[in-house]
Amino acid sequence: MNTTALKELLYKMADDQLIMGHRSSEWIGLGPLLEEDIAFASKAQDKVGQSLALYQLLEELGEADPDTVAFSRPAAKFHNSIFTELPNEEFDFSIMRHFLFDTAEYYRFELLSDSTYEPLQQVARKFTGEIRYHILHANEWIKELGDSTEEAIARMQSALDKALPYALGVFEPSPYEQKLIDSGLFAGEQALQNIWQDKISEIIGQTALRLPAWESIEPVYGGRAGHHSEHLQPLLDEMGQVINSEPGAEW
Amino acid sequence: MYGGGYLFEKTSPDLLKEEDQEKLAAFEARIDRGEKIEPHDWMPKLYRQQLIRMIEQHAHSEIIGALPEGTWITRAPGFKRKLGLMAKVQDEVGHAQLLYSAAETLGKSREQMIDDLINGRSKYSNIFNYPAYTWADSCFISWLVDAGAIVNQVANSKGSYGPYCRALERICIEESFHLKFGHHCVTYLATGTPRQRQMMQEALNRWWYPMLMFFGPPDKISAHTEILMRWKVKILSNDETRQQWLDMYVPKIWELGLTIPDDKLRKNEETGKWEFTQPDWEEFKQVINGNGPCNKERLAVRRMAEKRGEWVRRAILVKASNKKYVTPLA
Repeated sequence: MNTTALKELLYKMADDQLIMGHRSSEWIGLGPLLEEDIAFASKAQDKVGQSLALYQLLEELGEADPDTVAFSRPAAKFHNSIFTELPNEEFDFSIMRHFLFDTAEYYRFELLSDSTYEPLQQVARKFTGEIRYHILHANEWIKELGDSTEEAIARMQSALDKALPYALGVFEPSPYEQKLIDSGLFAGEQALQNIWQDKISEIIGQTALRLPAWESIEPVYGGRAGHHSEHLQPLLDEMGQVINSEPGAEW
Repeated sequence: MYGGGYLFEKTSPDLLKEEDQEKLAAFEARIDRGEKIEPHDWMPKLYRQQLIRMIEQHAHSEIIGALPEGTWITRAPGFKRKLGLMAKVQDEVGHAQLLYSAAETLGKSREQMIDDLINGRSKYSNIFNYPAYTWADSCFISWLVDAGAIVNQVANSKGSYGPYCRALERICIEESFHLKFGHHCVTYLATGTPRQRQMMQEALNRWWYPMLMFFGPPDKISAHTEILMRWKVKILSNDETRQQWLDMYVPKIWELGLTIPDDKLRKNEETGKWEFTQPDWEEFKQVINGNGPCNKERLAVRRMAEKRGEWVRRAILVKASNKKYVTPLA
């Protein structure tokens, strides 16, 4: 087993789930409907819970405990995609991001349900059961808002256009891509992206929204290597504000 | 979370003179027998009006209450607390959803209720007009404010209106987890480092008097609630709920080595009642009338959320316009 490659894979997924979960939680109390506060709270709990499970796998591989790893690394040591750290903005961008991101993670964990690393295989199987509901929720909203009032369609189109380059950044190739594929740990980013594009096209095709040609979109890479937007460090400062105010204390 | 009990309109037996006296007698006999009143049953106008008012205020308290605690979700220290607090605040919003549905069975729509809230025509629990400065404040709310709400809600779940009672039963089960979560958080602070202990003590100092006010003014100066008690809309008086809470939680607060900021607080062994320094009831009146430290901020946040969500609701209403309205199950 290639531990370096495996750790890199686990870190980027754990960080994605943590940061996306954190952003989802920011909607609690502020959604357009009470039902959305509740839905976003569920997504947030699932995603943060999934990040915890992945950090625990890393701990078993010799990394520090999950609270330390999650709450005290600087932005440059985080491997989440830039997509997840962007601010929520309005509901249009938030729900569009969920649609694009949740679909990617659903199929990522479905592929990982066959990983040769058994602990990962097990958590991946559990996660797909949870994320299934996230994509049902997101798909429903894309179909509702993407085919409704002119205002809603225009907002969703602009959210889609803004989100796509970042969404493609989720599939930023790992330096260990070939090793992961050869060892059967993970089918690889390209395989995942192919599945994802089909699923996204299928749902968008049922709405009044237009999808540009895939090859015309320039992916925003960098997050996997620790090169982040200006939005991540303030998020991490906020997340660590209390726990880091009294080092060594238990909360 | 809702202390309730202090936001009723003044009631007068005169309002009942217009009612069909035979139906009124049968209605009261049902309540005396412990039967539940259901949405389609006959009920006096005053009963409907006061119930809508009470359930609506309770629902508003849940969504407004989600704000001071919600701001701590992104700062909660560690995975355990972050996950716990998210689940808790989610529950509170879920309670609002249940309660708005219960109130809708009486004929007022959720939209109308929220409109009344953000335009200042409707009240919510006073305690959420105080700020949650530190993590310890949010721990205080989770433990002790929720505990106060449980005292009130367990009592009200024995009330006469079926949909409200059923909502309350479920709410109380969830609140009891909040209380465990809150107690756990407070225990860690109160037995932690000197700085953590100080943080908890300061939160207790800030919240003690708002907490006593949570249950409403003393019975001798509160609005007339005899009819409401007779109809089992209100079950326990303000003083009764306050005494119950003091009885259950003062010893637990002391057990953690915290100091309650009132030298006069003691249990009178003869009367079995707690004696304490009265909170400033003038402040209470001010806060209820919109002049508390956070009233404006809370409503501004709620208004902002409503405004930002307008286009979403408009869009789904267009799609739903050819679907039939479904009366909520209660």
